Amino acid sequence: MLLVLPFFGSVIAGLMRSNARNAEAWLAAFVSLLGLVLVSTTYPSLANGGVVKVTLAWVPELGLDFTLRMDGLAWVFAMLVTGIGLLVVVYARYYMSPSDPLPRFFSFLLAFMGAMLGIVLSGNLIQLVFFWELTSLLSFLLIGYWHQSAQAREGARMALTMTSGGGLCLFAGALVLGHIVGSYDLDRVLASGAKIRAHSLYVPSLLLVLLGALTKSAQFPFHFWLPHAMAAPTPVSAYLHSATMVKTGVFLLVRLWPALGGTNEWLWLVGSAGLITFILGAFLAVFQQDLKGLLAYSTISHLGLITLLTGLDTPFGQIAAIFHVMNHATFKASLFMAAGIIDHESGTRDIRRLSGLWRFMPITASLAMVAAAAMAGVPLLNGFLSKEMFFAETIETHDNSLVDRALPYIVTLASMFTVAYSLRFIREVFFGPAPRDLPRAPHEPPFLMRFPAELLVFACLVVGIFPSLTVGPVLATAVRAVLGPSVPEYSLRMWHGFTPELLMSIVALAGGAAVYFTLRRYLLTSKGPPLLRHLNGKRIFEWTLVTLSWRLARWLEGHLGTRRLQPQLQLLVALAFIAALVPLYRQGIALAGSPLTDFDLAFALVWAVGIACALGAAYMAKFHRLAALILLGGAGLVTCVSFVWLAAPDLALTQLMVETVTTVLLLLGLRWLPKRIEGVDGGSRVGAIRWYRARDFIIAVAAGGGLAVLAYAAMILPAPHTISRYFVENAYTRGGGTNIVNVILVDFRGFDTLGEITVVAVVALTVYALLRRFRPAPDSIPVPEQQRAQNVADEAHPDRTKGDTIKDAMATPALIMALLFPVIVTAAVFLLLRGHDQPGGGFIAGITLAIAFILQYMAHGTEWVEARLRILPIRWMGFGLILACGTGAAAWLFSRPFLTSYFSYADVPLVGRIPLASALLFDLGVFALVVGATVLMLIALAHQSVRSHRLPNPPATGARSAPALTKGE
Amino acid sequence: MELTVALGIGTLAGAGVWLILRPRTFQVIIGLSLLSYAVNLFIIVMGRLQTGAPVLASRAAGDPSQYADPLPQALVLTAIVISFATTALFLVVLLASRGFTGTDHVDGREPER
Repeated sequence: MLLVLPFFGSVIAGLMRSNARNAEAWLAAFVSLLGLVLVSTTYPSLANGGVVKVTLAWVPELGLDFTLRMDGLAWVFAMLVTGIGLLVVVYARYYMSPSDPLPRFFSFLLAFMGAMLGIVLSGNLIQLVFFWELTSLLSFLLIGYWHQSAQAREGARMALTMTSGGGLCLFAGALVLGHIVGSYDLDRVLASGAKIRAHSLYVPSLLLVLLGALTKSAQFPFHFWLPHAMAAPTPVSAYLHSATMVKTGVFLLVRLWPALGGTNEWLWLVGSAGLITFILGAFLAVFQQDLKGLLAYSTISHLGLITLLTGLDTPFGQIAAIFHVMNHATFKASLFMAAGIIDHESGTRDIRRLSGLWRFMPITASLAMVAAAAMAGVPLLNGFLSKEMFFAETIETHDNSLVDRALPYIVTLASMFTVAYSLRFIREVFFGPAPRDLPRAPHEPPFLMRFPAELLVFACLVVGIFPSLTVGPVLATAVRAVLGPSVPEYSLRMWHGFTPELLMSIVALAGGAAVYFTLRRYLLTSKGPPLLRHLNGKRIFEWTLVTLSWRLARWLEGHLGTRRLQPQLQLLVALAFIAALVPLYRQGIALAGSPLTDFDLAFALVWAVGIACALGAAYMAKFHRLAALILLGGAGLVTCVSFVWLAAPDLALTQLMVETVTTVLLLLGLRWLPKRIEGVDGGSRVGAIRWYRARDFIIAVAAGGGLAVLAYAAMILPAPHTISRYFVENAYTRGGGTNIVNVILVDFRGFDTLGEITVVAVVALTVYALLRRFRPAPDSIPVPEQQRAQNVADEAHPDRTKGDTIKDAMATPALIMALLFPVIVTAAVFLLLRGHDQPGGGFIAGITLAIAFILQYMAHGTEWVEARLRILPIRWMGFGLILACGTGAAAWLFSRPFLTSYFSYADVPLVGRIPLASALLFDLGVFALVVGATVLMLIALAHQSVRSHRLPNPPATGARSAPALTKGE
Repeated sequence: MELTVALGIGTLAGAGVWLILRPRTFQVIIGLSLLSYAVNLFIIVMGRLQTGAPVLASRAAGDPSQYADPLPQALVLTAIVISFATTALFLVVLLASRGFTGTDHVDGREPER
């Protein structure tokens, strides 16, 4: 309920009209308030260390449940999320300008709230990672909310890259943890800390989880995204980038500390990241000139402090960390709100331009002052208490190394900077002379805009003065949830007596003031921090991105890839050759067996022709395309004859038909190819070309020889038992046909055939589509030379008209073709009908019928045929496909699986008994589709010669300039 | 006879491979056709050389030792039709590429000299 509510609200807010400003704010506030109430009502059941758990089955097969789990720690975070969420919504209502699209804003904000609740309430790691990534995504959307500004877009992209990259690492870490523990359930993971720490995968899992947590919490060296995220609207910065989202990293650290902590690796990794971030953030914050920039770096610094506390690896450290999370959320959110108010009312956030605002907005000023004092750790405020705990913890001995002993001095020094930037914030903005030339005249904001900050500052004070009365029990509950029943002694009091911690605080306060007044003159003029000015995280990030995604990719492509076809094919052939060679090399190849059949002279002679044809085609293909085509046909015929010899009549028939159609097709294509000029390659290229040819020749000989050896070796071995046996035995008894090949195609493997004819149909349609937009090369457009000569001759004679020569030449063939047409059609039907029992079938018959049509086109010309015969190839194809599918689907009517066939026989006069299997209908579908596809392809190509092609304008002068011209169209 | 077929397959394949490595599109299309002959024959002879066509002599269950292996034949029959379709497609792509780029080089541009 708690989790669904914000998402539900988000959807509603997203659907609202863009000017429904109040309604959305009210809705969002109501949702947050309801969430807050819901969360707080669960407190009684948690106060004694209890856990509220809801489990829904999610992916039970993987042992994954959707678990919501609320304990003390989750409760504290859920309160922060909903409570500060409520205040931010109220604040945003006044902050956002009426011209901004508010539904989007509130929708994202509510969704973010839901995702945050999802993280803190997750009862298993995978679910946690899911919500984790969701917050990264919503943070991206919210930072980029003002998407018209380039700064916002860049900041959003950087934040997304960093946090979701970290999220991926966290996901991997969660998987490793799940592997170690055997479950993703949080309770079980927390309970098996000893097992995890002893496991060999402990360090990788720790590193991955830390990468996730440290990127999210903007810890060094991943801190630089947070200042750039400040391009977001200020309510977003207050909510996401100080109070909640960046805390999830810390939350995760505290949450998993019982499972992962307690080792030297944890101490050093987490501790040093926290320490460096703490110092660096504080140092850089002093030198910021932008109010929000200052707050961003101070947030980084405080997150570093919290991380350091967690990293110190003691129970007391965890207590202080949780306490500081709460304190930081209150004072930093109020400071952001104050900064937003200043920005909103005065029009600038530049510290150098602001001054003396105390006179114009005293209430805001005092609010900001109290909050800043809490940030600096001034007594009587909540920040002081957690700082005290922090100092006390650093004094403790951890591993007694040099760093550990120096730690109190280091953190005191860093705290001076904390004090310095807090002081600077107050002094520069609110005191001094009245500001000049501000974009707007500053004044107090409306009450409700101030109210959230007031409430938070009030909390700072109350917690600071009466800690044990206010947050004491809550903190105790949260701590017990992390540490279990054995909680160490700690006390929440203002005054502990005169302790070393107090001394450190005093030194830090005094030193901070001294630092500020020393640096003041430098700060007013400087453009950035000394020493580190040139170390720009953003620039490094961008450089990395460019290097990885652009330069490295280009380099790899340039060195490992090629866009040229020939090397790719060489590689392909070589790989195939090696793939065949390796098993043969390992297991040996036996060529010693004796052939099963005798040498046949006629067959050898046929193949002598075939080999000559193949070699000739290879030799002629470059300069004599027609000759090569004829030789290719020769090789095809030899193959066809071999099929007859090898007892494959169906194949022989198919090959013959396909050979005819292919030849016609290629002949039609020849017209559009360029003329070859012999000996165009000269000079230095000759040597290179010779080398290429020698290399390709070796590859070709190796591939051909290898295949020959392989074929021979296989042929002299006895045939193994294969599934063919089943087909031979059952072709008639179960398929009702005696032509086994046909029965396989239309019955046993009918589904494959269906797929195959679909492919053919797709190819035909592609060919058709490609040719519709066909633009031939400029030099192929004019009418061919022969036709021109014929036309000239025709026009020279007064009694002849254009086209007579060709008509005369084709007169006899045309007559024969016309007479043959019905014969071929009959043959096709005959082949189709007998296909189930005798050689024939849909494929063969289909191509035969297509040939009948094509012959008419060849003999009479396109116009003549189309004036007399309308072939609608696409309809044929559609009909065929529907029929084939329909036959298959008809089996469903008889509650049989798809494509189950039924058969009986019918006596037809003259033709004899024909099989009436439902497979025949299927074959009819195949037939129709093949006719349609073949005719479509051939006619589409033939039409190109009839179509008049537009010449590119102006006419191309050479092949070099042609591409630009034709592409331009 | 085995030797003859093996030599034939080898030559067809060798000529085909040689041609598909050439730089002109028409050479490649011829090469692919030759290669597909070789491969189809290779698949067929995997069922060994038999003399009985896979057409049952009587309307009853057949005896596998009497007939040529029908399975490679069914595979090759579809292969022939598909290779016809791909040849057609390749031819059209070839023509379109030639129209767009003005060259019949396989890379769509003449090599630099």
